[in-house]
Amino acid sequence: MNFFAIKAIYRSEMARMMRTVVQSIVAPVLSTSLYFVIFGAAIGSRITEIDGVSYGAFIVPGLIMLSIMTESISNSSFAIYFPKFTGTIFEVLSAPVSFVEVLLGYVGAAASKSVIIGGIILFTASFFVDIEIAHPAIMLLFLVLISVSFSLFGFILGVWADGWEKLTIVPILVIMPLTFLGGTFYSISMLPAAWQTVSLFNPVVYLISGFRWSFYGTADVAVGLSLAMVFTFLSLCLVTVWWIFKTGYKLRT
Amino acid sequence: MQPVISITDLTKTYAGGFEALKAVNLEINRGEIFGLLGPNGAGKTTLINIVCGIVTKTSGTVLVDGYDNVDNYRATRSRIGLVPQELPTDSFETPLRVCRFSRGLFGKPENPGHIENVLKSLSLWDKKDEKSMTLSGGMKRRVLIAKALAHEPDILFLDEPTAGVDVELRQDMWNVVQTLRESGVTVILTTHYIEEAEQLADRVGVINHGEIILVEEKNKLMRELGKKQLVLHLPDLLASIPPELGKYQLELSDCGRELTYHYDTKREHTGITALLAALHDAGIKFNDLNTSQSSLEEIFVGLVNKGR
Repeated sequence: MNFFAIKAIYRSEMARMMRTVVQSIVAPVLSTSLYFVIFGAAIGSRITEIDGVSYGAFIVPGLIMLSIMTESISNSSFAIYFPKFTGTIFEVLSAPVSFVEVLLGYVGAAASKSVIIGGIILFTASFFVDIEIAHPAIMLLFLVLISVSFSLFGFILGVWADGWEKLTIVPILVIMPLTFLGGTFYSISMLPAAWQTVSLFNPVVYLISGFRWSFYGTADVAVGLSLAMVFTFLSLCLVTVWWIFKTGYKLRT
Repeated sequence: MQPVISITDLTKTYAGGFEALKAVNLEINRGEIFGLLGPNGAGKTTLINIVCGIVTKTSGTVLVDGYDNVDNYRATRSRIGLVPQELPTDSFETPLRVCRFSRGLFGKPENPGHIENVLKSLSLWDKKDEKSMTLSGGMKRRVLIAKALAHEPDILFLDEPTAGVDVELRQDMWNVVQTLRESGVTVILTTHYIEEAEQLADRVGVINHGEIILVEEKNKLMRELGKKQLVLHLPDLLASIPPELGKYQLELSDCGRELTYHYDTKREHTGITALLAALHDAGIKFNDLNTSQSSLEEIFVGLVNKGR
């Protein structure tokens, strides 16, 4: 195992986050705070409680999910796309590194950033609402697994993209709608029966539901099912990345 | 002596069907400077990129220090440094940071002293904390060389290292290459500047249409293929070459003011003395003369044109 390479990639990526601290940390914290003001204070005053949890507190897990999914995708897709765009990817391709080491560096850094952002948002939310975490270990497990899974997904996206538009089109047109419709701001039990059934085809529902369960012990779907969905998504991403490195898809000619 | 790089029957056909390399066989000796010459699209960069692991070969084998570059990619890649043809740089990074990154990427522990030496040897130490976007093209080229040397490679590929740099910088880089060779590094150099290969290389390989058409020691190549010529400058216009001088196969040029005679320095008799006597007998005077030898560039152009 080339630990020096993992360290070099990881450190370089984390340093990039520190150089762009406003974009990397301040922006997601600010946007989350705005969600609290709009949804928590304005709309929340008209919705008293969901499953015994105040509306402001209810949306906290969903908002954290929203941020870590978008940040994971954005950070890791940019991390691999930018060297492709500038041509500096030649160095990684010619280095004595395996795909596992490349992943640990790039995806590890992207996931770390997401976990840090998740923690900061949680901390920020505590100024607006009272938060309780019923199952901290499970909460941390969801946080890490989802950060890693979506960072892997972002990595795949960054390899696939051959232009800036492709890089942003999937997060905006696919991930964002799925997240908003995945129960970030509501429980799917509040929807009409037909839409509840439709919602169950949205994988993000399972992620948000499971994460929310770790906070308040209530969920739209069984927590075991949520974990199974996370592991399925993680496995699919890992297999895809393995295939990318095996075939050199869009990396090696 | 075992070659440091041994390439056997290497072929590469790109997805579109373009055959970039056709059963290339090539051996690079340890510690030499090897000049790989060829016109655009000849296959130079493809060959380098396959050895370095950036491009996937179609068939054949590449051994680096005895290790297969696919099965033992860690052993082979850790020995190689690559300076690519283009200038790929992260505009927001500094020379110091990218060198540290490269060293780690190639599996070497941190060594600030070595990085400092490399940056100083390339006159980059003063610029070590400046973002790449503020550096000139020549400086960026130096940064790429510094990155390639950061992990102390045994083999260095320089793909068109002095393309677009000024004369002074080119001379500096030549000095760096010579210093590397003296320290035992094997250097493989591709270049369009034949003068560069003539100046630096121990051996020269010529590739054209994906095939190695010649590999030879540079000096031997120039001796064997290089022609010498004697040019006589005439004070009076000469309308045509007299028949009695026909056996010398002279060329008349510059509107009858120059006579050129080609000869082989290796032959026992070059024919120069007899030619001068014959000119005297024919009443042809000259007021100046000079000799010159074919450059590597002329040899290269001749070889490439022969392959067309």
